[in-house]
Amino acid sequence: MTAPTPARPRITRYVEHVMGLPISLALRGRHADDTTGRSAWRAVMATLREADRVFSTYRRDSVVSRINRSEVGLGDPGVPSELHDVLDIADRAGRATDGAFSVWLPGPDGERHLDPSGVVKGWAVERAAAALRALDDTDFCLGAGGDVLGRALDPDLPWRIGIEDPHDPRRLLATVPVRDGAVATSGTAHRGAHVIDVRTALPPTGIAAVTVIASTLTVADVDATAAFALGADAAEWLGRRVGRSGLVVASDGTVARIPRVGAR
Amino acid sequence: MRRILLWFLTTVSTLVLLFGYRTSTSSTLPDDEAAGGSATPSTTARATTPSPTTTAGSSSGSTALPAAGTFTGSTADTRWGPVQTRITVANGRITAVDVVQYPDGNAKDREINADAIPQLVDETIQAQTAQIDMVSGATVTSTGYLESLQSALDQAHRA
Repeated sequence: MTAPTPARPRITRYVEHVMGLPISLALRGRHADDTTGRSAWRAVMATLREADRVFSTYRRDSVVSRINRSEVGLGDPGVPSELHDVLDIADRAGRATDGAFSVWLPGPDGERHLDPSGVVKGWAVERAAAALRALDDTDFCLGAGGDVLGRALDPDLPWRIGIEDPHDPRRLLATVPVRDGAVATSGTAHRGAHVIDVRTALPPTGIAAVTVIASTLTVADVDATAAFALGADAAEWLGRRVGRSGLVVASDGTVARIPRVGAR
Repeated sequence: MRRILLWFLTTVSTLVLLFGYRTSTSSTLPDDEAAGGSATPSTTARATTPSPTTTAGSSSGSTALPAAGTFTGSTADTRWGPVQTRITVANGRITAVDVVQYPDGNAKDREINADAIPQLVDETIQAQTAQIDMVSGATVTSTGYLESLQSALDQAHRA
């Protein structure tokens, strides 16, 4: 790097919590710190709270919890169309992974229950970001508990996303410049083994973390979770997903960089 | 010129398909997506006459690409679904190849970040947090947030 680094514009940060997740927003540009920008931030949080009311597996009154108690059927007229959107995304990932990924998780009793967490976060944050995309002359970078979505209008000033080291979350393994796109990571670093290969009902082995970069967070998040569920096959699987690139860290610390198929 | 473009777009489509095929095994493919496609990439990539969406400058003969413009190929049917590519030409050189339609229906013609492959930190930066804006990692819950790198970043930039 011989060229001098241009001065970076001032960033305004916002943090709130919803769905048990910290939501971090960085804004720069015209509406970074004015009423328009703050109102867009409130709209983001409102969308995420609404998603929580429908999809939470922790809230007893959510639609998902009521489905799991068989109080509501998937075909009932009261079931919001958003639930079907999420189930469609999950079905596609399930087919693409030969059944390793599913939102219908086997419980201790062998009964399947609905847990759409592997899809909902990315999907909901992508939707919520619509309020930020509408901000003129304003760059945004939205983080949701480790998944990131960003837009930078000046191609020379991409957002710089650090990818944490799953074996030492205080350190970074890599950086990704994001101009208009998303970065999602699935791994065991903070919550332990919570993704399972539903074919075996066991956590995948040989894998520490999968990071996926894609055009939308919906895609990046579900693909990161799906690839992680495949365990040792994650890198090979991700390598043939068109339009994604990423990073796969094996349990032994080996790092594989996955180039984007169809990139320039 | 037209023939060169046609050839090029066919090649691009085929390349995309070949990349897509390079590690695939049919056992890992979903039945419904596999059903529509043929097994041979070269026969499924049908590039018809490309339609320039913008053109500027003139062609310098039948052996050269047009001076500038973007050209979108026709849709190629792969076993995963339709794939469509677009090339950008500037000063007679191809400067970008974008996939504008992906098999999963996630058609995106806004270019994301064609070179957004993670750069390993050891190759690029030494200072860990000073040069990044946001952290991607395994899910940080609200309980663990205060100890996270993201929290440090959020604090550092707060007014």
